[in-house]
Amino acid sequence: MTTKVADDWRLRGQRYRLEGERCEHCGEMIFPPRDICPACKKPTKTTHTLSGRGEVYTYSTVLSAPQGFEVYAPYTVAIIKLEEGPMITAQLTDVASADIEIGMPVEMVTRRIRTQGDDGPITYGYKFRPVFLGQGAE
Amino acid sequence: MKDLKEPRLENSVSDSPIMKPDRPVGIVGYGTYIPMYRLPSTEIARVWSGGGRGPIKEKAVAGLDEDTVTIAIEAARNAVSRAGIEACELRAIWVGSESPPYAVKPSSTLVAEALGATPYLLAADIEFACKAGSEALQSAMGIVGSGMGDYAMAIGADTAQGRPGDVLEYTAASGGTAFIVGPAERAIATCLGSLSYATDTPDFWRRAHQHYPSHGGRFTGEPAYFHHIQSSATALMEGLGMAASDFQYAVLHQPNVKFPARVAKRLGFTQSQIEAGLLSNLIGNTYAGAALTGFSAVLDIAKPGDRILLVSFGSGAGSDAFAWEITGQIDARRDKAPKVQDYINRRQEIDYAIYTRYRGKLMMS
Ligand SMILES: [Zn+2]
Repeated sequence: MTTKVADDWRLRGQRYRLEGERCEHCGEMIFPPRDICPACKKPTKTTHTLSGRGEVYTYSTVLSAPQGFEVYAPYTVAIIKLEEGPMITAQLTDVASADIEIGMPVEMVTRRIRTQGDDGPITYGYKFRPVFLGQGAE
Repeated sequence: MKDLKEPRLENSVSDSPIMKPDRPVGIVGYGTYIPMYRLPSTEIARVWSGGGRGPIKEKAVAGLDEDTVTIAIEAARNAVSRAGIEACELRAIWVGSESPPYAVKPSSTLVAEALGATPYLLAADIEFACKAGSEALQSAMGIVGSGMGDYAMAIGADTAQGRPGDVLEYTAASGGTAFIVGPAERAIATCLGSLSYATDTPDFWRRAHQHYPSHGGRFTGEPAYFHHIQSSATALMEGLGMAASDFQYAVLHQPNVKFPARVAKRLGFTQSQIEAGLLSNLIGNTYAGAALTGFSAVLDIAKPGDRILLVSFGSGAGSDAFAWEITGQIDARRDKAPKVQDYINRRQEIDYAIYTRYRGKLMMS
């Protein structure tokens, strides 16, 4: 459990608010943050928070969930193409599987991801839902 | 012998209970979040009293991956969008709730982290039943009004639970609202005055390690809800030299539909003054979020120059009263986030079985 707590803590910027990087050499937007730009292979250090808007690239519904996620089954995991470019894998929420379509515009929300028993920590992180009204239209 | 009637020093605090900040303050941003699931009262009546109707039409229910923190985060993001400030300009984030996901560990630090407001801020959770959010609002006005900071955020959010079969189960709902308090010159609504009224009155409580609250039955009415709201609202209006007719809107704590309608009438308000801010028939009682969400709904439609009376109630018991005046800056900011009515319209009905699953009422092991 201690390792999990440390991971959750270390990754909170990207998990809670989609904090990624912008490569200072070639301008590539990077998520999750890493030390080397995948496009130009140079080191990156500039933090950049992504808008959270994107569209469903592909998706799959999970009926038999791994440990810690059983309570949410069935749920849909999607690969989201963010408007800044990076692809991100995340759960979809507030939407029925039947209503999901490839290309559907989605936006990031922060939700409960998993809990470890009744006395363990609660992990929060990003999920995506169908774009709600003009939110984020600014 | 000392003359007890000697005049007070010129710079002493006045006798008035109205709390006056050193500099004028107001609301610079506001935002609400209401989960999409709705449990109709008829469903609860079907399960627990063989059919019939309940005290409201339906209540908002949080989904499986939602809790007070996630509700607070979305409301807070909406408030930041409307305020047009950077989250790191907030010097305080206070979350008022009676249903925090952790018994020990602040919700406010999670909200602050999600907004990107860390690390230079006050962050704490406030507990005072249904008035925890308005208590946070008074405190945020203190931070800004004293000049300790330019912006402070107050949130009231809950995922309230009633004991299955109890009368509170019909109304105990999920939702929340966040306000960013700032200097009056940037405000969409300036504060004309506020006060707080608190006594020790055991009308409703939840002991440590208990899942569901207990209440004093009829004791929750006259000595608790009505006495505290009438006392704070009357003292504020008298102190400001204002009457019910000076306000376009009144927003009162709304545990159901009946109580706020009755207390409004006693205070001299008409049904048309309270309608816009009375949401309990459609979303239930969101506890610490209730009065604040009603206020948010009024901000969604009010016009510059309109005055609003906001009065909360928290069991235990206390009431915060605020008088607000809308400024010309409202029109440029209100469309920068979804409105309360948008969230009310985003609605998926569920039955009692799904409700027991979503709200963790099933024993899995
Ligand atoms: Zn690069």
